[in-house]
Amino acid sequence: MLRLPPFALHQPTTVAEAIAHLAAHAPDVRVISGGTDLLPNIKLAQTRIQHLVSVKFLEELHGVTRTATHLRIGAATALQDLADDEDVRETLPALAFAASRIGSPQIRKMGTLGGNISLDTRCRYINQTELWREALGGCLKSHGTECHVVPGGQGCVASLSADTVPPLIAYGAIAEMVSDKGIRRAPVQDLFQQDGTWHVRIAREELLLAVEIPLPEPTTRVVYRKWAVRQSIDFPLVSVAVRLDGADGVLTGGSIVVSALGPRPRVLPLNAMAGRKIDEELAQALGQLVYDRARPLPNIPYDAEYRRERMVIEVRRAVRVLAGLPERPLAQQA
Amino acid sequence: MPDTASPSPVAVAPVLITLQLNGEPTSVAVPPHWTLLELLRYGLGLTGTKQGCDKGDCGTCTVRIDGEPQLACLTLALEVRDRHVETVEGLGVGGEPHPLQEAFARVGAAQCGFCTPGMLMSASAYVDNLTLQDDPVVRREDIAAALAGNLCRCTGYTKILQAVEEVAQVVLDRQREIEESTAEEP
Ligand SMILES: Cc1cc2nc3c(=O)[nH]c(=O)nc-3n(C[C@H](O)[C@H](O)[C@H](O)COP(=O)(O)OP(=O)(O)OC[C@H]3O[C@@H](n4cnc5c(N)ncnc54)[C@H](O)[C@@H]3O)c2cc1C
Ligand code: SF4
Ligand code: FES
Ligand code: FES
Repeated sequence: MLRLPPFALHQPTTVAEAIAHLAAHAPDVRVISGGTDLLPNIKLAQTRIQHLVSVKFLEELHGVTRTATHLRIGAATALQDLADDEDVRETLPALAFAASRIGSPQIRKMGTLGGNISLDTRCRYINQTELWREALGGCLKSHGTECHVVPGGQGCVASLSADTVPPLIAYGAIAEMVSDKGIRRAPVQDLFQQDGTWHVRIAREELLLAVEIPLPEPTTRVVYRKWAVRQSIDFPLVSVAVRLDGADGVLTGGSIVVSALGPRPRVLPLNAMAGRKIDEELAQALGQLVYDRARPLPNIPYDAEYRRERMVIEVRRAVRVLAGLPERPLAQQA
Repeated sequence: MPDTASPSPVAVAPVLITLQLNGEPTSVAVPPHWTLLELLRYGLGLTGTKQGCDKGDCGTCTVRIDGEPQLACLTLALEVRDRHVETVEGLGVGGEPHPLQEAFARVGAAQCGFCTPGMLMSASAYVDNLTLQDDPVVRREDIAAALAGNLCRCTGYTKILQAVEEVAQVVLDRQREIEESTAEEP
């Protein structure tokens, strides 16, 4: 049985009220949306906090709206609603797919996009009870002085494991935050820093209102690939979004976003590859590129070397899907 | 920056909320840090909803909130104010078991039974949402997807899928009968 320690819960019905609560209690305050990440972390004493501000009753944070140029997704939109939304499925299929692969049906009904963006980093040494962690003497993210993933390391390298983040970055999403100091906008790509103890650059007094994603050109296509041991409930062990721009099978640009590494996703621009054909050779080349430039760590479950090879396989398959080739050529031959 | 332990605990007086619990208006005072699971089991004595992992992994605490299967262990009780909450206690009608409960018992879909209340709540949402237009045939993969957030350590799932499949078939057959009888009328 895991009990929550006492805290105050504020349930504002307007954004202005929410901002006031955040400003009054920062830094000892957190936004609670679906609670599917925050509450387990509080139960495991990974997060210690006295004030929670709920967004459940803030109407304007819920739902998807489409303008001529953008899709705007409220931060408190449930992951399942995002996955089912017709506009999202049509214009941002990789985002809808990523949301549909998170957790379980219950988690997707409760968990939200805003909570996913701010999902705390994960590590096999921190997602444990306090008793378990103390038996190892804690670590940099948990009242200790050592990292068990990188012995002698100076910083925490726990993994960003949010499934929606790679596609959001690949699509060029912009996050909109508000606080008592006004509205701030930043690319989702710039929201993360290389510090696993707290990797999200959203201040405690800030409320994430929405993300805005420019409607992609027909020549821009993104595929998200997640690999985990089970089809359900598991966090990603390999997490990549591949964006290829180009018409008539010729690449003009794009990027590969690799996550489930350390606290920050790795973004590999593909501009230097412009002019190449989108074909099996490109699949092989991009597989090699991620192998060279992105290195999974032994922070989350499964052998890191295996995850590195698996990452290559997922990138190749993503490129093949975008090239209209069979995803698994060897399996199809057999 | 990791959180530091706060020096003094905040005042957490219970707050009075009203919700619809298994169809009954219910008013209850609950502290802000209590989960819905704690309110049900320890505040209201409704122990049908089970406490397993307490952190979202197992699904045995599944209840329906406004019809949707959700996890009571990760829902703060105060967040369900004014909502409809259904637990396994509300599944049967007039002392009779729900068809799913009858099918689980008949085919042997419960062994230790610990996952059963949560399974039943996810399964009941699945069968309640079945429509002839969207689901003309019952498919095990749809049932498995609907139950993907509920773990069972005993049965290997086969009997659970079978029980839900049988009830889903009856539900669709009944809808088909109604459709045919209304189509014949004129
Ligand atoms: C069993 C299980 C399996 C899971 N599997 C996956 C998975 O496969 N992939 C995955 O990505 N995640 C997974 N999760 C994690 C989590 O469910 C999701 O990331 C979910 O999207 C979190 O959203 P939430 O609304 O519940 O966040 P919360 O728990 O409410 O919040 C998480 C963080 O975001 C902050 N936050 C939330 N909303 C705002 C806002 N509007 N403004 C500012 N800050 C905000 C909170 O303060 C907190 O720090 C899983 C969780 C569980 C329990
Ligand atoms: S990466 Fe190191 S410091 Fe960070 S949680 Fe894991 S063991 Fe702790
Ligand atoms: S007890 Fe709630 S999911 Fe396990
Ligand atoms: S019957 Fe024992 S866990 Fe399912």
